[in-house]
Amino acid sequence: MGAYLELFVQAAFVENLALSFFLGMCTFLAVSKRVDTAIGLGIAVIVVQLITVPVNHLLYVHVLREGALEWAGLGQLNLSFLGLVTYIGVIAAMVQILEMTLDRYFPALFQALGIFLPLITVNCAILGGTLFMVERNYTFGESVVYGVGSGVGWALAVIALAGIREKMRYSDVPEGLQGLGITFIVVGLMSLGFMSFSGIQF
Amino acid sequence: MSGPRARTLIEPIVDNNPITLQILGVCSALAVTTSLLPALIMCIAVISVAAIANSAISAIRSVVPKNIRIIVQMTIIASLVIVVDQVLKAYAFETSKQLSVFVGLIITNCIILGRAESFAMHNPVIPSFLDGVGNGIGYSLVLIIVASTRELFGAGTLLGFTILPTVSDGGWYNPNGLMLLPPSAFFVIGLLIWAVRSWKRDQVEQPQFRIHEEQV
Repeated sequence: MGAYLELFVQAAFVENLALSFFLGMCTFLAVSKRVDTAIGLGIAVIVVQLITVPVNHLLYVHVLREGALEWAGLGQLNLSFLGLVTYIGVIAAMVQILEMTLDRYFPALFQALGIFLPLITVNCAILGGTLFMVERNYTFGESVVYGVGSGVGWALAVIALAGIREKMRYSDVPEGLQGLGITFIVVGLMSLGFMSFSGIQF
Repeated sequence: MSGPRARTLIEPIVDNNPITLQILGVCSALAVTTSLLPALIMCIAVISVAAIANSAISAIRSVVPKNIRIIVQMTIIASLVIVVDQVLKAYAFETSKQLSVFVGLIITNCIILGRAESFAMHNPVIPSFLDGVGNGIGYSLVLIIVASTRELFGAGTLLGFTILPTVSDGGWYNPNGLMLLPPSAFFVIGLLIWAVRSWKRDQVEQPQFRIHEEQV
């Protein structure tokens, strides 16, 4: 249990996908103008990470990895070069299924998440989470924890940034830094703050 | 080369730069810029994928049904990225290890999908190819500036050659370790945007609120 907790904290804070690996920056910068939309997007990312990382893990272990097709009598096959196309396909399909399920059973949540769901397909945080899972050889349990943890970390970062940007609307920013420029500086400062988690050891 | 075609190629380099103005492809621009060599390799990878993906998508644009176009585009881009990834693993293994997941993340690099969606779907093959190259170069320009700044001030080297001899090697330059850490990437790009916008004033964003001058 302790190992899972450690992995969660590491994924959410120490190795925050947005602030130390710069993943999902496009949506991070574009959809952080208001706190309520940022919360919607954050929740959507957590849910999609929770589903796609473990699903891709199963695919990797049982189909793509070298010698993974032993059960079908094709032990010498190594399909790992098909990884990228498979993962992105899974992510696109999962997002589509999630969208239809929400529309059918939770229309209120579907309304709230609305346009953010399709955006998530091209959010590099999602594909990045899967690729890190493959690179680090997580077990199934770890992949579930890593999926949730990295999603929570990304959501926290985007919500915090939205809060700062809402306050910042009233501040007097130099002309050329207006908008995108000052946002980069703020994210840099946030990233400095998150670096202070890097000493955490269990 | 005729006028409009040259413009398609040159416009994205400064006037409509994908990173500083369109906010596309920021993730990898930040992540691979700790030193110059991986940044250069990333640039070549992105330029080739952008150019080929744009031309391929433009060539089949009239036969792709509207509602599955994203999946078609994704498949084309992902296949190209797999080729790039395999080539890098074969010929530049060390650097491909350094780039780790970011080669794979070219798939979700918004420059590629964004240009495919907004340009290649409406234009013939040759302009689309030029648009891909142009946006790739615009992206590369930012990457190279950021990477050289970070490597030069963070480690005193460029492409591994010593430019500023550091104190630990008996020189005079005290390297700024912050430059090699994630936050500095944000600062450098933020300041770069400031510089570009002070030069090209029409890119300045209007503030959402003006602070009212108090009447005395």
